[in-house]
This record gives sequence, structure tokens and C-alpha cells, in this order.
Amino acid sequence: MKGNTLRVGWFLAKRQIVGSSKATTLLIIFIMLLTYLNLVVVSGILVGTIQGIVNTIQEKYLGDVFISTLKNSRYIERTPEMVSFIKTLPQVENITVRYTESGVIDAKYKEIQKSKEIHDTVATSIAGIVPSEEDMATNLREMITEGEYLADDDYDQVMMGASLFRRYLDIESDIYSVLDDDVVIGSKVMISIGDIKREVTVKGIIQTKVDEIDRRVFFTANQFRNLVGRYDYSANEMMINIKKDTDPIAVKNTIIGAGYGKYAKIQTALDAEPQFVKDMRDTFAMLGNIISSIGLVVAAITVFIVIFINAITRRKFIGILKGIGISNFSIEFSYIIQSVFYAVCGILIGVLIIFLLLKPFFAENPIEYPFGDGILVAEVSGTTIRAMILLIATIVAGYIPARMVVKQNTLDSILGR
Amino acid sequence: MITIKNLYKTYRTNEIETPVLRGIDLIVKEGEFLGIMGKSGAGKSTLMYQVGLLDHPTSGEIVLNGINTEKMTKEERTEMRLSTLGYVFQDYALIPELTASENVMVPLLMQGLDLKEAKKISDGVLSSMGLAERVENKPSQLSGGEQQRVSIARAMAHNPKILFADEPTANLDSISGVAVMELFKEIHRKGQTIVMVTHEEEYAKYCERIVYLEDGKIVREIKSK
Repeated sequence: MKGNTLRVGWFLAKRQIVGSSKATTLLIIFIMLLTYLNLVVVSGILVGTIQGIVNTIQEKYLGDVFISTLKNSRYIERTPEMVSFIKTLPQVENITVRYTESGVIDAKYKEIQKSKEIHDTVATSIAGIVPSEEDMATNLREMITEGEYLADDDYDQVMMGASLFRRYLDIESDIYSVLDDDVVIGSKVMISIGDIKREVTVKGIIQTKVDEIDRRVFFTANQFRNLVGRYDYSANEMMINIKKDTDPIAVKNTIIGAGYGKYAKIQTALDAEPQFVKDMRDTFAMLGNIISSIGLVVAAITVFIVIFINAITRRKFIGILKGIGISNFSIEFSYIIQSVFYAVCGILIGVLIIFLLLKPFFAENPIEYPFGDGILVAEVSGTTIRAMILLIATIVAGYIPARMVVKQNTLDSILGR
Repeated sequence: MITIKNLYKTYRTNEIETPVLRGIDLIVKEGEFLGIMGKSGAGKSTLMYQVGLLDHPTSGEIVLNGINTEKMTKEERTEMRLSTLGYVFQDYALIPELTASENVMVPLLMQGLDLKEAKKISDGVLSSMGLAERVENKPSQLSGGEQQRVSIARAMAHNPKILFADEPTANLDSISGVAVMELFKEIHRKGQTIVMVTHEEEYAKYCERIVYLEDGKIVREIKSK
């Protein structure tokens, strides 16, 4: 009997869907579509705001595995040996090594010699990189907004982060001092690292929206090491990118397992992520879930009302069906099928819109924030889970009103009492 | 086929009791065509609803096809309505979004027939009732007489033991009414047990036996010539 029950439910549902008003059906599907988009896109954009920042930090600064100095060390000891070891690991795609020191940029060092006027200085981080290796790992070359990217053999030329300039970061505070707008490509600036001073030419300006990069001055590694006397090649940072579908934790553990944990802090990008980013991600995810939950409740109520009105206006026919021996569950099942139909249509259209339209659109046109680019986070697993949640909510919201009407006395339903 | 003993039905609304059936005793034999007549409010339809398992009597006993219905569960009553009983309602009671054929198919599908078999039987029954050209029409595209014939087809398609008809000609013009009654006559000739409620004397003559109800009691019984 159970098979017949479902078959008749299916038969009735199919006929009801085909026979119902096209405008009403489209409206309900549209509501389900909006609900699904609300479920996925709102939280996706909220999470994506943070994820965009995280992705940028990972792409431009941390990589998949990030190696930095230990708490009380100034450098990473045995850097060349460690780099050689890392390059032998099969999961490793590329590695870039960075040397850093604190320093000061002075843009008006010539004027002060003449007139004693106020310096145009900024205290910042001075870094040495192998430009080609850095570009290989971070695509930094594409981030040039003015001038040119450094060449490996450049000398007395530097690349500077955009956040060091007023025209890019129009704020002035104790933390964020900036250079005046008269510093342009080709300008000469004085770099001081402790007692060491070097006049250099600004070759390029880069803007990545990652503070650690955009507040730096970049020399070539060769000149930087010579300048600061880092002849043992001891670095301060190493960024490792690994091959697709490999596990950064395994790479991290391998490096630690080889004994290099004694000389440097070895972290995955997730470990190295600042705590505030983790907190923000959790908060935004929670906000997204709250907004989505409200959307879900609204959708469930909508389906409830639609099915209830449908069932109550068809109460007489429900009574007749019961009267001629159709089981209650067949009739209830027909309403469940209708609810599922509305939900599935809405979800399918939603999935197409998300994956064919919204995701590519946000990937091409990210929401630009000063601190990073917001993307739409909509993974297949997440969208599937949300689809299932919507489907279940819809089934329950469709079943309850149908049950309420079907449960009524058969004769009263037939006679409209 | 049907045995009714001391049947009472009282409706209660806000503490007000309205007795509608007051001790009905009736036996309907297999293959009989019984008419139930009486004035409005006499309890004709109420009696049919109790016997047709669409409602529960206040007291009394109803035995259908040898089965005492008093202690049947809801599911058993539904099952019996599907397998043993057929209904023709005054206002046809067809499902508007289903075609004539589909309306007839629904109880057949519930009985376990597959779509193809059910469609074959449905179209066959409708054809035998002169509706071969109308099987794919929806109720709104049919005349009142045609709709009632579809309703009869739905009631008869699964070969019920007992066919109940509640004022089947009430909404029809005289020509359609006669056509419907001729259909009942034909069905009865093949041995079908029919219980029909009507208040129209001209159609009551099609019945073998007529019981008259007044204030919830059988006051008269006549056999048709």
C-alpha cells in the first residue's frame, strides 16, 4: 500500500503543479530563489570580505607555509641549508626568501642640509628580495602601480609600498606617517638602516593592500645583504608555495621534523594568520548565518502560507479524495512534492546564478575595500548544505499545513462545514 | 449486503443537540437498487454518510458486506471506501485540475494499478458511458450531465460492491437527469447494489425499493413496480 500511496501522491502533485497558475508558480519559485541566494550570497559576501583579505595576505605575503624568526632571534639561522632542504621537498612549488631590517626613509634629506627645514621621513621596514623569485611566488610584478618592477641586478634602486605615500594613504598618524606627493618615480630618497645611509632612486611603487608589503621598501637581496653586512645569508622570512592538492601541514611538519624548528618559527598560512582576522572571520560567518537563518524562517513561513492557502482552498477536494479512499498520506505527500518542486527549482536556478554569474563576476570585479578585496565565498559543499537546509525547511513548511487540512473531518471538508 | 441496526446520529453544536437519525433499521440486499426519499432535513443524506463510512454514527450498528464497521480504524474505513464502496455526489465532486480520465484513474492507482492499466480501464469505463471523446477534458470543459457521468465512472471503475449516490440528479436538467438515471438502471441491471438518495419522485421510480424518511425515522417503504 505504501508504494501506491507515494505513487498517487506523486500523480496528484504533478497534476496540481501543471494545473496551477503559472504566475503563482513562478512567484513561489522566485521567492525560493531569493531565499537561496540570501542563504548563500549574503553569508558568502560577508565571509568573502575576510576571505578576500586572507587570500591576498596568503598570495602576497604568507604563502602556504611561512617561516619567520623565532621570538628572541633577529634572523633565521642556517637559512641557505634550510632553503636547500625545502627545495628538495616534492610538494614545494616555489620559495622566496626575504631579508628585513627597520629603517627610515628621508625624502628631503637634501633640503635639510640647506635650510634645516622639517624632514619628510617615514620609519618603516626595509626588505631585500630576489625580485624574480618574489615575483614567481607572489606575482608582485602585477601589483606595480607606478614605475617598474625591480630587476635582479638593480643597484641603488628601490621599489616602495604604496602605503608610504600620501597620495595612496591620505592619513597621518604616529603609526602611519607618509611621504609627501613630490616623491615620484625617479626621485632620490635617503634610506637609513641604523648608522648605514644610502641614497637610492625610486624605481617603482607597488600596491597589494597587504600592509606588510605596502609599508616596505624593497632592495634587491644582493645589495641589501651587502648594505647591512648579512654575509651569512640569514633571512628573516621565507614564503613557500606548495603544489595544488598537497597539504601545507604535511610540509610544515616535514620541515619541523628535519630539525629546522629550532632555528625558525614554521607555520601554515592559517597558523600565521593574525588573530583579529580569525576573529573577524568567525564573527562575519556568524552574522551571515544569523541573516541566512532569518531568510530561512521567512522562506519557511512563505511556503507554509502558500501551501496552507492552497490546501485550505482545496479543502473540499481533499475531502473528496479522502472520501473515495485516497489515504491521508497520499494527499500530504502530494503537497510535500509540490514544496520540494518549488524549492528544487529555486535552488537549481540559484546554483546556476551563483556559479555561472555571481562567482565569476565577483572574481573579476571584487568588492574593493582599502584593506583588501571582497570576494564571494560559495564552495560546492557549503552551497549543497544550504540547499539541503532549505529543502528540509521547505518540506516541513509544506507538510505541516497540508497535514492540518488533511486531518480535518472528511465529511466536513466535503460539505464545506 | 448492508445491515443497519438501531442507528442514531445526533449533531452537537455548542451544547445544542440535534438528533438527525433516530433508530434506523434497514437491510439492503445484494444487487438491490434502493432509493431513500424524504423532505429536506429528513436525514436522507446523513443516513447515506453513515452507511458510506464518511461519518460516524452516534450509536447503532452498520454491517457492510459482512463486516461490522463499528470498530474499524480510520485506515480500515479508508481502505473499505476504496475497495468496496463507490460514491456519486450531488455536485459531481471532480478534481478540477485532473482530466475526466485522470479523475477516474485516481482510485485505481490507489488500488495498485499502474498508470497504463488505470488509464486503459478509465478510458474504457468513460467510453461505455458515452464519454470517449471527452476523456482528456477537464471538468470545467464538461457539461453538468457529462461531469456527473464522469463521477459515476469514477465510482464504478474499481467495481465497488455498493454504489452510493447522493442526489445525483439535483444539479442536472431533466434530459441529463434521465440520462444519468438510465445509466444507473444499466449498472443495476448488471447486478450492482445501489443506494441512492433523492427527493425527486420521477427518478425514484428507477429504484426497486424506496424507503421514506421523516424526522430521522423510516416511516414508509414501497417496492417499485
